[in-house]
Amino acid sequence: MKGKAFFIDTTLCTACRGCQVACKQWHDLPAEKTVNRGSYQNPEDLSFFTYKLLRMKEEVVDGKLKWLFFPDQCRHCIEPPCKDQAGDPDAVYSDPATGAVLYTANTKGLDPDELECPYDIPRKGPDGIIAKCDMCNDRVHNGLLPACVKTCPTGAMNFGDLAEMTDLAKKRLEKAREKYPKAALLDPLDVRVIYLVTESPDLYHESAVAAFRPVRGVTRQSALKKLIKPFTSMAS
Amino acid sequence: MTNHWIDIKNSDCILIMGSNAAENHPISFKYVTEAMENGAKLINVDPRFTRTSAKADFYTALRSGTDIAFLGGMIKYIMDNKLYNYEYVRQYTNAPFIVNKDFNFKDGLFSGYDKEKRAYDKKKWAFDMDEDGVPKMDRELADERCVFNLLKQHFNRYDVKTVSSITGTSEEDLLTVYKTYSATGVTGKAATIMYAMGWTQHTVGVQNIRTMAIIQLLLGNMGVAGGGVNALRGESNVQGSTDHCLLWHIWPGYLGTPRASMKKLSDYHEKNTPKTNDPLSANWWGNKPKYMVSTLKSFFGKNATKHNDFGYNWMPKVDNGVHYSWLDLFDEMYKGNIEGFFSWGQNPACSGTNAGKNREGMKNLKWMVNVNLFDNETGSFWNGPGMNPSTIKTEVFMLPACVSVEKEGSITNSGRWMQWRYQGPKPLGNSRPDGDIIMDLGDRIRKLYENDPGAFPEAILNLKWDYLTHGEYDPHKVAKEINGYFLKDITVKGKAFKKGTLVPSFAYLKDDGSTSSGNWLYCNSYTEKGNMSARRSGKDASNNIGLYPEFSWCWPVNRRIIYNRASVDLSGQPWDKENPVIAWNGKKWEGDVPDGGWPPMLTEDGKPNPKAKHPFIMRPHGHAQIYGPGRADGPFPEHYEPLECPVAENMISGNSQLVNPTAAIYSTKADAHASCDARFPFVGTTYRVVEHWQTGLMTRPQPWLMELQPQMFVEMSEELGKLRGIENGERVKVSSARGSVECSAIVTKRFKPFKIGGVDIHQIGLPWHFGWRWPESGAEESANLLTPPTGDPNTRIPETKAFMVNVAKLT
Repeated sequence: MKGKAFFIDTTLCTACRGCQVACKQWHDLPAEKTVNRGSYQNPEDLSFFTYKLLRMKEEVVDGKLKWLFFPDQCRHCIEPPCKDQAGDPDAVYSDPATGAVLYTANTKGLDPDELECPYDIPRKGPDGIIAKCDMCNDRVHNGLLPACVKTCPTGAMNFGDLAEMTDLAKKRLEKAREKYPKAALLDPLDVRVIYLVTESPDLYHESAVAAFRPVRGVTRQSALKKLIKPFTSMAS
Repeated sequence: MTNHWIDIKNSDCILIMGSNAAENHPISFKYVTEAMENGAKLINVDPRFTRTSAKADFYTALRSGTDIAFLGGMIKYIMDNKLYNYEYVRQYTNAPFIVNKDFNFKDGLFSGYDKEKRAYDKKKWAFDMDEDGVPKMDRELADERCVFNLLKQHFNRYDVKTVSSITGTSEEDLLTVYKTYSATGVTGKAATIMYAMGWTQHTVGVQNIRTMAIIQLLLGNMGVAGGGVNALRGESNVQGSTDHCLLWHIWPGYLGTPRASMKKLSDYHEKNTPKTNDPLSANWWGNKPKYMVSTLKSFFGKNATKHNDFGYNWMPKVDNGVHYSWLDLFDEMYKGNIEGFFSWGQNPACSGTNAGKNREGMKNLKWMVNVNLFDNETGSFWNGPGMNPSTIKTEVFMLPACVSVEKEGSITNSGRWMQWRYQGPKPLGNSRPDGDIIMDLGDRIRKLYENDPGAFPEAILNLKWDYLTHGEYDPHKVAKEINGYFLKDITVKGKAFKKGTLVPSFAYLKDDGSTSSGNWLYCNSYTEKGNMSARRSGKDASNNIGLYPEFSWCWPVNRRIIYNRASVDLSGQPWDKENPVIAWNGKKWEGDVPDGGWPPMLTEDGKPNPKAKHPFIMRPHGHAQIYGPGRADGPFPEHYEPLECPVAENMISGNSQLVNPTAAIYSTKADAHASCDARFPFVGTTYRVVEHWQTGLMTRPQPWLMELQPQMFVEMSEELGKLRGIENGERVKVSSARGSVECSAIVTKRFKPFKIGGVDIHQIGLPWHFGWRWPESGAEESANLLTPPTGDPNTRIPETKAFMVNVAKLT
């Protein structure tokens, strides 16, 4: 398997949110008008203007308080369901060099729910276009690290060749298990954004792993949609 | 920092207490993480579970303002279990010194207290001297009057049960911290402390640090790699501005500001130059007259001569017994005794404790000059909440300054590294570098004096004022002036130097006017070899512990870890063989720049070396101070409650002395305070978060950061939320005896009520990043409207970290 990948080691993440801001800066995304809802996590969720979100949850595990940090973003799946669902390479395509899953203005009119993202990532903008993390593909093609990785002070965010990141993830998992017996990699074979977590994944975020989504892969609905796609395409 | 940022990686145990490094010093976590990867333990103690706590191996909470009790318990634990590093303690600290019988401690007071003056007579705390005038010592630490045994006796009261009832930390958690940290008393192991304003901003701020310094000395953690006492400075150049005389009571390089009673330079030298009769003590401050005269030569150039005391009397002096600190300045402003005010790079309407008093005080000014990047709550105070502009006569001038990246110059970081930075973009609009503003002001003031000399023109007209190149402020000229020049052809210590060349090190400075140096500590930073602070080599030193001696420059004389001659045994061999800071090779020291090149205490055949010097060269007697008789509030730390506290009794010493008896207090009607008052039942504290910066002047207008932390908030426990009927995210009012602020409530598991003396005590916390000027709603105000009018007696730093408040749902 070729292309690039992220390895996100949550054991090192301090939730400084430099990644979240660096993402906005590189992509020149506007700030959302937020309020303090009784949490540091802000904005509340990913959006058309927020590709990267540091999710922060307070959980008591075995009687001990944990503040769990999860820098959520598109996983750039190896076989991206959204690409299949969109069925239009002018709307959603993979960069063969990096493996980045990229959305274009032609996503206008698509429904994010119907893209069946197992991680609940794509978001629709006011003009109907869908957007999400683009792996900073422009930076990567120019030999730079993605903005979020570049800004990370602790080494939580890593980026490189897929094989290299998979190796790093395995090594870090082994190390993490010394301290955290429940440490695990999330869907390491399916994605280009591999997370290392130390607690049950659902404690971080309901869509931290694909398994926590009610549907996975080809459903009856999406299979049906694929069948009728040529006709709808012709009609439009 | 006695050590530096990178050195944190060498630690075996890191205590983060009185700071929140993950949030407020995020880059430090690069090195904290590296240490942890190598097996170091991270302990975090904080009233509230923070992003630092989330990463710690062990976290526990304490009530704000009880750090001395917490750490005093650790001293007792170390003494009771003999976990101290015996050789280190008896050879390098003043533990063996015999204290005069005039010293005692009773009912919460040290001997020599004067109730009227609220001050101590420190003569009662002296050491016993032998016939040669050297402190009497018992290196076996057996004498009952030696510091070691007095320390043991003093802290014997700090048993875990008592400490737990004061701090609210469980006995079990106290013991876990004590055990983990004091395990580094073993030779070759090191623990470090990362602290910040959580320790300093108290009426016992200095003694908080003293308590930790005592622990570090007992465990042999000073001078070694991965050890030290490490203050995380809150701005990129706080260290530099402190070094260069930000504070009223010191001149550049920590030379004491002259008092009015010191009429001649010789009076100053006499009062300020420590002496020793011990031939084994370097007593480095004995060189003070050289530094003082070189500073005056730097200020006044050729106008400073031996005949006019080098211009000593052209410099302002401070009245005896009077304080001129921040708290005192705003007290005088409030009382109407100050006409004009330069507010330069600061925002006292939001940053100062009891900020409401500061804002009121500004109404009494005739004029204010606000030098800043943007207008702020200070420059616009007359237009703020509760102000009636039509009745305020203060004229405010705004001088726009450019930002740091738009100008060339240096910053000095927490680790004492002076780092040169180049200009990026040109200053925007009419904004200018601070240096240009100062030079321009200076030139205009000089012209006024030239045209109409008036009273005392000498101080201005005799200034050496030549730091322009092509009409612009030249940071290189200033940096060279700070380093210092030879002012004539001379020979010092057998070396010949030419007039007009840069002095290579402060060892060559003279007290006869033949050298200049704007700040002796920085002598060596800009030499004939070039601008040392602009170096960027990534090469490590021979000992390979991350010193990187050719990256930037570090004071003093590029010594990366100070007190490093305590990192070796009496023969000059490192205690820690894995991470040696320096080592004696039989002829000279290798590794870091040593604290003086003298040979080790013992010769090769194990005999005392008469050419040696004790390692703590800045102390008159050459030993580190476990017993510190120079402090205003006692030679040993003692637990006192904050000025505003939730308890009626000092649980360590009994009722007699609840609060630090020497704490700075103020008495205008704006200085109300309330202890054990039903109106303000909860402990409050303030802090910063990673998303904002200081009073928010640079971050509140930044939409991406406001998106992350949009509003003033208060954090409280779920228990307190329930008690007050407050739901997460609701707007509430937090009030103290001085004012109130509106906040969004964060009701969280990260705060827990404390059990103090058997009673449930709640604590809340607020960030001090906000102010009415922005966001536009004007509803997000400064937490410093709540903070109390008091401070530490040594530094007069305000006590913003512990005070009493109420919280109520906004109706």
